[in-house]
Amino acid sequence: MRIRQAAIIGLPILLSAGVAQALEYGGRLLLTGGVNTIEGAAGGGLTPWAVIGGYGTRDQIGGNAFFSHVEIDDYRLEVRGAVLGLFDRVELSFAEQRFDTRQVGAALGLGAGFTFRQEVFGAKIRLAGDAVLDQDLWMPQIAFGVEHKRNNRGAILRAIGARDDEGTDYYLSATKLFLAQSTLLNATLRATKANQAGILGFGGDRRDSYRIQPEFSLAYLLNRHLAIGGEYRFKPNNLGIAKEDDWWDLFVAWAPNKHLSLTLAYVDLGNIVIRDRQSATYLSLQVGF
Amino acid sequence: MAIARYLVCLVALFAASSLRADPETFRAFGGVPGLTRVVDSFMEELLADPRTRPFFESVDQQNLKRLLVEQFCAELQGGCTYTGRDMRSAHQGQGITMADFNALVEALQKAMAREGVPFRAQNKLLAKLAPMYRDIVER
Ligand code: HEM
Repeated sequence: MRIRQAAIIGLPILLSAGVAQALEYGGRLLLTGGVNTIEGAAGGGLTPWAVIGGYGTRDQIGGNAFFSHVEIDDYRLEVRGAVLGLFDRVELSFAEQRFDTRQVGAALGLGAGFTFRQEVFGAKIRLAGDAVLDQDLWMPQIAFGVEHKRNNRGAILRAIGARDDEGTDYYLSATKLFLAQSTLLNATLRATKANQAGILGFGGDRRDSYRIQPEFSLAYLLNRHLAIGGEYRFKPNNLGIAKEDDWWDLFVAWAPNKHLSLTLAYVDLGNIVIRDRQSATYLSLQVGF
Repeated sequence: MAIARYLVCLVALFAASSLRADPETFRAFGGVPGLTRVVDSFMEELLADPRTRPFFESVDQQNLKRLLVEQFCAELQGGCTYTGRDMRSAHQGQGITMADFNALVEALQKAMAREGVPFRAQNKLLAKLAPMYRDIVER
């Protein structure tokens, strides 16, 4: 696993060195590749956007590696992963999430520091539009994506009522930069069975069918390097034993150049298993080209 | 779905504000003298950047700068008439890529920032120019 992870994270860096000679890269405008969601895909922190990750134009390859740390009141989530953007058309992503239950694990009899690990394999294809350049059209950039998730704690997940330790989300995103207003809007519709994004498995005793959940992001550009904004992600509520709430956040993203971005957010996660009103500090570092 | 309703309102607001003529932005640029300074800086940036230099080093820069001031002034409804060629004929055959186009936008962003144009005003001009990629980018 270590090796595979290192390989995946090293990939964009190697590519950026190797590809630099063969192909031009990094031709898109600053911040137009978004940051990385906790599931890997390019977008905000919680919701994927229709933009293709990295800064590659339609003649180029782009990509990034990222690390996100979400310090929650009673839990901790760490995510590492990478994104590869191909010709501003296709995005491939990988994320490995570690959800540490800290003392809650002990309270639940799982042991302090009991950790769920989930891998998310993502793919996204841009179907139409250009979020940044088509400023004279109402047409947003539209993309379709899938996120296949694999959780490593099948036995526990079934014990709490989840139906599966694997699942696939499908989403449609529409993203538009309103440049004259320095504002970006995104709306995503996600078909999902995931409980807490899959950390608590897929489907449940209350419901075991796909539900369509909307997600929204709004970002305001303060200057070429700095954006602030918020996101809202509706969530299903499939498990009888643990109520699940919607998520929202307020973020600031800073990109001093095309190789680095830092995102800081306040996240409200609501109830998570036996702990209500969980809020978090989210910090994400992205290195890319 | 209160959020959805907010979004609809926001979009409606944007629609209203982008239809209005906008003398404020032209003033934020400092009128024609301000645009002239921006375009001078812009040409310096274009010639300093190895990605854009090859396109501009051997053209009549004085004439091009004059046409750019006219064009930007006209786009901002500053009362100028653009007398140059249309974007398709001006750029045809140069093999301009999307990356070249974005490099030029970056040069313009830097020039506007250097000349102290407020960020929101910068974006209003860029919003007028961005769709021109369809006539300019060939590959
Ligand atoms: C929105 C972006 C752009 C705008 C608004 C713009 C505007 C103009 C204007 C007004 C002219 C003068 C036309 C004339 O001579 O009658 C011109 C010429 C020219 N443009 Fe652009 N341009 C843009 C993008 C580009 C790009 C991306 C490149 C290359 C990287 C480029 C390279 C040139 C060159 C070399 C000329 C001179 C052509 C000649 O004199 O034969 N332009 N442009």
